[in-house]
Amino acid sequence: MTDTATQPRSYEPGNHPDLPPPLLTSGPLAWVKHNLFGSPLNIALTVISLYLLYLIVPGLLNWAIFDAVINAGSREECKAIAAGACWALPAIRFDQFLYGFYPDHLHWRINLTAVLFFLALLPVLWDNAPFRKQWLIYSCIFPVIAFFLVVGGLGMEEVETTKIGGFALNVIIGVTGIVASLPLGILLALGRRSQMPIVRTLCVMFIEFIRGVPLITLLFVASTMLNYFLPPGTTFDLILRVLIMVTLFSSAYIAEVVRGGLQAIPKGQLEAADAMGLRYWQSMRLIVLPQALKISIPGIVNTFVGLFKDTTLVVIIGLTDVLGVGRASLSDSKWQGLPEEVYVFTAILFFVCCFSMARYSTYLEKKLHTGHKR
Amino acid sequence: MSEVAAAPQMQISDEVAIQMIGMHKWYGEFHVLKDINLTVNRGERIVICGPSGSGKSTMIRCINRLEEHQKGKIIVDNIELTHDVKNIAEIRREVGMVFQHFNLFPHLTVLENCTLAPIWVRKMPKKDAEEVAMEYLERVKIPEQADKYPGQLSGGQQQRVAIARSLCMNPRIMLFDEPTSALDPEMISEVLDVMVSLAESGMTMLCVTHEMGFARKVANRVIFMDGGEIIEENEPEEFFNNPQSARTQLFLSQILHH
Ligand SMILES: Nc1ncnc2c1ncn2[C@@H]1O[C@H](COP(=O)(O)OP(=O)(O)OP(=O)(O)O)[C@@H](O)[C@H]1O
Ligand SMILES: [Mg+2]
Repeated sequence: MTDTATQPRSYEPGNHPDLPPPLLTSGPLAWVKHNLFGSPLNIALTVISLYLLYLIVPGLLNWAIFDAVINAGSREECKAIAAGACWALPAIRFDQFLYGFYPDHLHWRINLTAVLFFLALLPVLWDNAPFRKQWLIYSCIFPVIAFFLVVGGLGMEEVETTKIGGFALNVIIGVTGIVASLPLGILLALGRRSQMPIVRTLCVMFIEFIRGVPLITLLFVASTMLNYFLPPGTTFDLILRVLIMVTLFSSAYIAEVVRGGLQAIPKGQLEAADAMGLRYWQSMRLIVLPQALKISIPGIVNTFVGLFKDTTLVVIIGLTDVLGVGRASLSDSKWQGLPEEVYVFTAILFFVCCFSMARYSTYLEKKLHTGHKR
Repeated sequence: MSEVAAAPQMQISDEVAIQMIGMHKWYGEFHVLKDINLTVNRGERIVICGPSGSGKSTMIRCINRLEEHQKGKIIVDNIELTHDVKNIAEIRREVGMVFQHFNLFPHLTVLENCTLAPIWVRKMPKKDAEEVAMEYLERVKIPEQADKYPGQLSGGQQQRVAIARSLCMNPRIMLFDEPTSALDPEMISEVLDVMVSLAESGMTMLCVTHEMGFARKVANRVIFMDGGEIIEENEPEEFFNNPQSARTQLFLSQILHH
């Protein structure tokens, strides 16, 4: 053996042509074999899952689609046509589900706001957007545009804010809460780690107080008790109060999520920034926050999804969001006994939004991850 | 190599770069630095060594206020370090620092790491900053890595980027805190080579290091610290061949015969 090991060897290149991989190591069949039938436990799980799907899916499809009715004037008509879901109620009241009691002839303003919102969102989410800088300026002034479009003024017909309702209300509260609570939460997180004892104490107290109280209580405070604190005679729009409370509430959660991210940044990062002469806010903005926020993305999005769903709580203080519209429509005598359809419809609306947020968060994590690790 | 050691000797001016007078520092009750008196002239290259925990890092970190001293004076570039934020900012602009663990910014490319401070602190236009950065990256021999992220580089390459990053601010004084002790042996020399060439260019340097070859080659003075005090201070040849105090002798025998 030692003899052959020390012998110099050489090989003719090209003696090993490219061969196809052995059967069942790549391709869809291999995937199925490996992932679904890889081991006895795996096989058992696959079989059980398939069985459960078999039990659930056909029934669900029949109810939701094949036996469903969309054109009908009342519950009775629905039943007479087919036994499945009766989507006629959400269909007939579709506008109300979306806009609440917002005047019919002004629905275009909400629609326009929605379109403008997506245009404003695009450069924020898409960092290779052409003319991103100029576009972002538009994103910054969008809230002002949105405000006037929704509420009126500037020569446009004014709408009482209590008329805003339906899913539009959920989106308005959710988006405002998300947009406002992120910066506020970041500031609170930085404040909580500040060297200045007064700032730190204030931030800790704020965060702990807000976190320790259910959102509903805050909403009640917003709807009733705030009047006691404010100087008499001040009227202060109810939706605005709700917006403030929702923002404060989620900013406390964001602060804690971001603080977790901040703690994960090694001290050396800040020292290097200090040694280079960067100021506090510069090092935070350029060095610490980009890294800390990247780590915090799952937590931040989690908080946002929670916030968005919590917007349905405004029903309790008398606002008619999409759930409120749903409940109101159920009390219509023509449609009594239809809760499934209404709630499933609402659930789908929320699911689409929340799932998109989750997907974007996954995408963002993946994108920010490349290149940073070996 | 002897000419390398001789040539920089002549560049030392009478101008004082750093002066520490009766400087003390405490961590809570713990007296870390005791009556440090040290004057560094412009163009001088000082190597600081001593056992672990002797306060070497703390001392050089006081120079750019990463740590705050509690008694005595530190004067850098004719500016006294006080609580005055403006003085601190001015000193940090003139003093570069290289850390043991590089402390590169992992979310920025090599080039962005290098241009960050010139753009934000020196208010240099981005294009100029990039030109300067590329120049220094060439000097540390890694211009081809400019668009990579620090995580994609080897330790030695990262440390050279860190040196280039400091140099981009065009500092008058460079502080090194054990720049090679986190590196694998085969990467140490590539970093030391960069430091030697920097020394040859006449940079005022304070290096905490146990690389005695480097000390012999470029240092004007070697300072030995123990227990928060400067115990001994001498020219490298004298320091290594003829250590005065018993503690220095013990230390040298430990690091030279491991
Ligand atoms: N933030 C701190 N708080 C309290 N004590 C500290 C702190 N930093 C350092 N010390 C202590 O001060 C002493 C000097 O630390 P320093 O880091 O300056 O030592 P060093 O000479 O650089 O050692 P090494 O060679 O291990 O880097 C050590 O005893 C250390 O435990
Ligand atoms: Mg040290």
